[in-house]
Amino acid sequence: MAEVKTLTHEEDILIEETGYDDHFHDHHHGDKYQSGFISNYIFSMDHKMIARQFLITGIFWAFIGAAMSIIFRLQLGFPESDFQWLKPILGKWIVVENGVGTLAPEFYYALVTMHGTILVFFVLTAGLSGTFSNLLIPLQLGARDMASPFLNMLSYWFFFLAGVVMFYSLFISTGPFSGGWTAYPPLSALPQASTGSGTGMTLWIVSLVLFVVSVLLGGINYVTTVLNLRTKGMTLWRMPLTIWAFFVTAILGILSFPVLASGFFMLTFDRALGTSFFLSEIFIEGQALERIGGSPVLYQHLFWFLGHPEVYIIILPAMGLVSEVLSVHARKPIFGYKAMVLSILAIGFLSFIVWAHHMFMSGVNPFISNFFVVFTLIIAVPSAVKVFNWITTIYGGNLRLNTPMLFAIGFVSMFISGGLTGIFLGNSAIDIQLHDTYFVVAHFHIVMGIAAFFGMFAGIYHWYPRMFGRFMNETLGKIHFWGTLVGAYAIFWPMHYIGMAGVPRRYYSFDTFDAFKHFGEMNQFITVAAIIVFALQVLFIVNFFYSIFKGKVQTTRNPWGATTLEWSSPIGGVHGNWEGKIPTVHRWAYDYNKDDREFVPQYIPMEEGEVAGEDVHV
Amino acid sequence: MADIALNNTNQSTRRIHPQVFALWVSFGSILMMFIALTSAYIVKQAAGNWLEFLIPVEFYFSTGIILLSSLTLHVSYSSFKNGNEAPYKLLLILSLILGSIFLVMQFRGWFTLFEGGIDLKGNPSGSFFYLITILHAAHIVGGIGAMIVAVLHAFTLKFKPTERRRIRFSLVLQYWHFVDILWIFLFAFLLFI
Ligand code: HEM
Ligand SMILES: [Cu+2]
Repeated sequence: MAEVKTLTHEEDILIEETGYDDHFHDHHHGDKYQSGFISNYIFSMDHKMIARQFLITGIFWAFIGAAMSIIFRLQLGFPESDFQWLKPILGKWIVVENGVGTLAPEFYYALVTMHGTILVFFVLTAGLSGTFSNLLIPLQLGARDMASPFLNMLSYWFFFLAGVVMFYSLFISTGPFSGGWTAYPPLSALPQASTGSGTGMTLWIVSLVLFVVSVLLGGINYVTTVLNLRTKGMTLWRMPLTIWAFFVTAILGILSFPVLASGFFMLTFDRALGTSFFLSEIFIEGQALERIGGSPVLYQHLFWFLGHPEVYIIILPAMGLVSEVLSVHARKPIFGYKAMVLSILAIGFLSFIVWAHHMFMSGVNPFISNFFVVFTLIIAVPSAVKVFNWITTIYGGNLRLNTPMLFAIGFVSMFISGGLTGIFLGNSAIDIQLHDTYFVVAHFHIVMGIAAFFGMFAGIYHWYPRMFGRFMNETLGKIHFWGTLVGAYAIFWPMHYIGMAGVPRRYYSFDTFDAFKHFGEMNQFITVAAIIVFALQVLFIVNFFYSIFKGKVQTTRNPWGATTLEWSSPIGGVHGNWEGKIPTVHRWAYDYNKDDREFVPQYIPMEEGEVAGEDVHV
Repeated sequence: MADIALNNTNQSTRRIHPQVFALWVSFGSILMMFIALTSAYIVKQAAGNWLEFLIPVEFYFSTGIILLSSLTLHVSYSSFKNGNEAPYKLLLILSLILGSIFLVMQFRGWFTLFEGGIDLKGNPSGSFFYLITILHAAHIVGGIGAMIVAVLHAFTLKFKPTERRRIRFSLVLQYWHFVDILWIFLFAFLLFI
C-alpha cells in the first residue's frame, strides 16, 4: 500500500530515480508508529530524537559540571574571601567562622571529583558520541534507523538513570564521592575512609555501572549498524570520516568499559562483602584494619585500561566531526582520506597498550614503564598525521569562516598545544617531576577537555539545522568562539607553569606550603578567566535554546553544500529518514570542487568517463 | 515495535542477520569483562601470598551438565528447524532443567568450598574464585531467563517454524553456547592456573 506522493524536491526526485526500494513505507501506515507526545518526545525510538535527548541532557550536565568548577576555582583563586553568598546554594558546605564563610574542604574534593566524573562520562562521552553517533550513523549511511531502535532507546534511558543517581548523590548529607574521578582505593574501597566514601561512593558506583550499560547498548548498536545497514554503494572506504570515528569509538567502548565494570565489581565486593582485592595493611585513625593481601595498584591497572581508551572515546568523535566540518567549509576534499582512516585505526589500537603511562609513579616496575613509554610516544605519530592532514585540507581552501569552521580550526589548535605536552608526560623520567601537578591538569584539559568541546561545538553549529530545522545565531556564535578560545588558553597556559614549579593538583589550599604560596595572583587570574569563559558558555546555551524556537529558518535541504547523505533527507526529519526510496551511493564523501562542479553529493551517479574522487585523492 | 533491521533486507552489505551480529559483538564485551578478572587473577597470583586449594567436585559435575544442556538445546533447535515439534519442545524443557541444575550445582559448590574453610573474605585466591564464578552464574541466569521466554513461546504460540522465530531461537541458542564455552574456559583457568 505505498502511498502515491508527488515529489517536489530536487533531492527526492533524484533519489526516486536512482535509489532503491526497500518497501519501508509499505510496512508503516502513516505515522502510527510515531503518534502521541510520549512515544514521540520521551520514549522515542527514532535515532534523531534520541540524539537530541543525548545532546540536551549533555548540556544540562555540562552546565552543572562547569558551575562546580567555578566554585572550586573561587576557593583556589580567592582562598581568603567570604563565600557566605554561596550559602543559599551550598548550604552547610559553606562553613561560617568569625563572620567569614569558607568552602568546606570535604566539599571541595567532592566538587573536583564530580566535575571530573560528570565532564568525562556524562558530557564528553554520552553528550558527544551519544549525540552525534545517533544523529549521523543512520543518516550518513543511508539507513532507516539504528539496527535496534529499542536498544537504542534503552541506551539513552540508562544514561538518564545514571544521571538521576549521580544527581541525587549531590544532595545527601555526607555529600557525593570525593576521592577523584579515577576513584582509587582505598578512598573508594572503604566506606569509612572519608565522608564521601560512604553513601556518596555507593551511589557513584551504581551510577557508573548504569552508565556502562548505556555505553555498551549504544556501542553494540552503532557497530552493528555500521557493519550491516549501509545503503547500496556505501562501501567502508566511502564512509565519511565521522562514521569511521564513531565506529572505532564504539569498538573501544565495547572492549574497555567491561574492564572498568570488572574493577567496579571488585570494588563493590571490597566495600560491601569484606574482600581485600584492593586493600592491604591500612590504618584508619591509628587502627590497623584486618584487610590484607590486596593491591591498590591492581585497581589502577583496571581503571586505566579503560581510562586511556576512554580519552580516545572522547576525542575520536570530535576528530571525526572536525574532519567533516573542515572539508565542507574549506570546499576541498579531506586531505589523505585513507591515511586519516588508518590513523584512526592505529590510534584505536595503540590506545589499548599505553595505559600504564598514568601509573609511572605508582610503583610499577621501571622496565615495564619503558615499554609503555615507547608505545605512548608512538601514538604521537598517527596524531601528527591527522593534524598534518587537517592543516593541508584547509590550506589554500576557499574558507568560509563561519562558527562551525572556526571551532573546527580551534580544535586543531587545541589538539596541537595539548598533544605536545603529552609527549613530555609520556617520558617516565620527566613524569617524576610532572605527575599529579597542574601540568597534567593543563595537558588533559587542553587536549581533551577544550579540544573535545570545540569539536562538539563545531558539530552542534554545523548540524544544528539538521537537528532543529533552524540555524543558530552567527554573531553570538562568533563571540562564543573567540571568547572561549582566548579564555581557555588564559586558563590553562599558566597552569603549565604552575605545574612545572611542582604545584600539586587536587589541593584545597596552599597556605602551609611556602614554595607554592606565591602563585596566588596567577590563581586569581585563572579563576577570573574561568568565570568569563563560563559566562560565554551560558551565552551559548541561551543561543542554543533561543534558536530552537526563533533561529533563522532552514529553507534548503543542503544549506552548506555538503556531499553526505544526511543533507538529502527532508528538513526536520521524517520517520525512516527518506520519504520514498533510500538513496544509493556512487562516490566517496569528499567530491568538492571536482571537474568544475562545486560539490557532488554521494547519491549522484558517476558521469561517463568521470574518475572517482577517491582514486584521485586517495 | 518497528523492526528496522528486518526492513533493511537485500542491502548489498548484509550477510548475517543484524541481531545475530549484535549478539556476537556483545560476546566480545562479556569476554573482556572476564579477561579483566582473569588477568587481575594472574597479576595477583604472581605477587605472592596466594592460597592454593582444591576445587570441589560439584564444579566438575556442573561442567558436565552444562555441556549436556548445550547439546540438548542444539538438538532442540535443529528439530525446530526441521519441523519436528515433539523433540523440539521436550529438549527445550530438558535444557531449561539442566541449566537450572547447573546453577544449583554451583551453589552447592560454593557451600562446600565455604565449609572447607575457603571463604570470600579470606585469601584473595578464594575471593577471586567466588567473584569469577558468581559473575559467570549471573550470565547463566540471563540465559535461563531467555530459555524461559523460549519455552513460553513454544507452548503458547502455534507451532510454526517461521524465519523470525528461528532467528529468535538461534539467538538464545548462541548465547547459551557462549556461556557454556565461557564456563569451560573459566573452569580450566581456575583449575590449571
Ligand atoms: C601525543 C599524545 C599524548 C600523550 C603522549 C599523552 C601522555 C599522557 C601522560 C603520560 C599522562 C599521565 C600524566 C601523569 O599523570 O603524570 C597523561 C594524562 C592524561 N591525558 Fe594524555 N597524552 C596524549 C594525548 C592525550 C589525548 C588525545 C587525550 C584526550 C583526548 C589525553 C587525555 C589525558 C588525560 C585525561 C590525562 C589525565 C588523567 C588524570 O590523571 O586525571 N591525552 N597523558
Ligand atoms: Cu593516557
